[in-house]
Amino acid sequence: MIYYLCFILFLIGLYGVCCKKNVVKIILGLWIMEYSVNLFLILLGYRKNGIPPIMSKEMDVIEFYKKAVDPLPQAMVLTSIVIGLGVLALMVTVAIRLYQRYGTFDITEMKKLKG
Amino acid sequence: MKNNEEKGMSLIVKTVTRWLKGFIFLFGAYIVVFGHLSPGGGFPGGVVFAATFILLTLAFGREYALRKIGKILASELDSLGAILFLILASLGIYFTGIFFSNFIEKFHPSGNFKLFSAGIIPLCNISIGMKVGASLFMIFIILSVVRVIFEDGKGKLITTEKKDKK
Amino acid sequence: MVNLPLFIILPFGVAFFIPMVSRKFKWVPDVLGNITTFILLLLSLMTLNQEHVYHIGGWRAPFGIVLVLDGLSCLLLVIINLISFMSSLFSIEYLEKRYTSKLRYYSLFLLMVGGMNGTVLSGDLFNLFVFMEIASIASYALVGFGCEARELEASFKYLVMGNVGSLFVLYAVALLYGKTGTLNMADVARILKDIPYDNLIAFSFVLIISGFMIKSALVPFHAWLPDAHPSAPAPISAMLSGVVIKALGVYVVIRLIFNLFGFNHIISNILVYMGITSMIIGVCLAILQWDLKRLLAYHSISQMGYVFCGIGLGTTLGILGGIFHLFNHSLFKSLLFLDSGSIEYETETRDLNKMGLLYKKMPITSFSTLVASMSISGIPPFNGFWSKFIIILASIKAGRPIVALWAVIGSILTLSSFTKVCRYSIYGKGEKFDKEKWEKLKEVPDFMSIPLIILSILCIFTGLLLIGLENGIFGPVIDVLKGGVLEYINKVLGD
Repeated sequence: MIYYLCFILFLIGLYGVCCKKNVVKIILGLWIMEYSVNLFLILLGYRKNGIPPIMSKEMDVIEFYKKAVDPLPQAMVLTSIVIGLGVLALMVTVAIRLYQRYGTFDITEMKKLKG
Repeated sequence: MKNNEEKGMSLIVKTVTRWLKGFIFLFGAYIVVFGHLSPGGGFPGGVVFAATFILLTLAFGREYALRKIGKILASELDSLGAILFLILASLGIYFTGIFFSNFIEKFHPSGNFKLFSAGIIPLCNISIGMKVGASLFMIFIILSVVRVIFEDGKGKLITTEKKDKK
Repeated sequence: MVNLPLFIILPFGVAFFIPMVSRKFKWVPDVLGNITTFILLLLSLMTLNQEHVYHIGGWRAPFGIVLVLDGLSCLLLVIINLISFMSSLFSIEYLEKRYTSKLRYYSLFLLMVGGMNGTVLSGDLFNLFVFMEIASIASYALVGFGCEARELEASFKYLVMGNVGSLFVLYAVALLYGKTGTLNMADVARILKDIPYDNLIAFSFVLIISGFMIKSALVPFHAWLPDAHPSAPAPISAMLSGVVIKALGVYVVIRLIFNLFGFNHIISNILVYMGITSMIIGVCLAILQWDLKRLLAYHSISQMGYVFCGIGLGTTLGILGGIFHLFNHSLFKSLLFLDSGSIEYETETRDLNKMGLLYKKMPITSFSTLVASMSISGIPPFNGFWSKFIIILASIKAGRPIVALWAVIGSILTLSSFTKVCRYSIYGKGEKFDKEKWEKLKEVPDFMSIPLIILSILCIFTGLLLIGLENGIFGPVIDVLKGGVLEYINKVLGD
């Protein structure tokens, strides 16, 4: 069920990207999409009453396997957050620069490229 | 000093910042160095490093923070972190023939000094921390050099100084 | 045996090393950038016809990250590094006149090359995504490198579309991970083969393929390409059109379809019909253009349609045609973009109406433009003819004469639009032809004309690569694709 909610969040972001005309709102829409994917990834590894995936010497391997949460999605989320940070910084810079050139954030007024 | 007081935020914020900045930096260093034993690591620690300088920028203004760590220095630290990480990874080829192999002994024999208990992972964490801290600070500074000025009811964007990095 | 991580270490290392030193020494970016791309070219030529699986950190295949070198990645490595060497050679003089910061340019350029090398070599879904993002971020920044209004607008468009595509890919990777519990491509393929096909797999297939098709600019997803490719500096346009859409788009789509999900009749139909649509729509839009670089960008869409058509047929001959056309397209399209760059460098315009009679003043540029135009439109001795001929032949042999008919129509339209280019820019003159400006024109500097000459020679002679088909460069590629899922699993997970 909660996975479907993630997908709905993803679709909300996609709606924002497709239908909004403001540059900043488009960026926000992309960010909603990004975080819905991150949320989905982190929920994949979640386990109720789980323990951290650090194994000490006393633990039994099978017991550990049954209880520990999955560490791989967490590493993936960290990586995708870093990538997202890079894209966000670039995107905000481009948006600021666009504002400098066009004097507006409305994408319907940015139409120097045609054809 | 007097010139400094006029810029930035109020006296309370400045005083608290002056006290706290060292501790925040130290906390970042702690997270980086203990990353292989406890939750944390290069990226969160680097973010805390950057947060120190961002706090300075917010409290005292950009010029004060840039005096502490210049733009060129930040850019060079940024590159240096990445290169150190690559060198650590390629040293694996030199020692064992495998890229990214953990060539330092994993259980260091010296009993008391257990910091380097995970081979190259702490060293990698330090280089990542350097890279992340410097580049986040750079991003913040670069995004803060442009400001919007409102004239005649219409926003106008001016650049206060030449942009250094894309 | 070449050490595979070198393809990733070398460009990234130099990319981060350049900003450290070149504030003091101005000559460093040029020299280091060109030497690096040259070494990468030599290394990639050394990997030809080899197969190797490299385990990073010494961890075995399903647990650790693997780099896989086989016929397909070999071919793509050669293409990437050849075109990147040509472009970096071209940009020494080109950037001198029109742009300022060589430091950032070469740094981003090498990041892009390294990201693409990683994408081509990676055998792990998430690593594929990460390398793809590195290459994409560098190319977003390079498209907006000039910081003028048009470039920024194109860059923003590319950013939004590309980022939506990457998020589709990430979502699909997450779904596949949830289904199979692994990220290694061969392991995912092994598990998907055993479990019954359900909606979740179909959904992730659609998401991941449409994500990568946004990157490869097939027709329903093509909106960013005609803006982004012309706005970049000319060497970057050559890289984007010649390499990036292939390494990030076509290569990954082919790899995922043939080696991970498995090829079947429905996918074949989808690929062929999308190929035909983009072939025809791309070329129809291209004929209308008066901006030289924009015309070339629309042709990229159309030629990618040929590649997908050939590969979508699924027969040996069709795959050979598609792959050969991929290789040829990277040569002549990058040559055309470099030509447009040198025309722009001298005449300072991209409008076909304002050019004219260039063959008298710029012999090398106009000769190489002629060679590339004939090559792209499929005139017999050039390489473009052979690949288009094979695609048409394959579609007739596969019992789809309609595909062959559309391919011939597309080829004729391509010929007509390049006749327009040659007539207005080289041999005739446009309506707004400026005589005084024309008097002052001269041939471009040496460093810009060397890549043009090399690429035109390659365009003429790569038709010969078809000789010795079974043992040549394309034999292993066909083996990889025809071998399908099972052979890939055995190669990566075996022993």
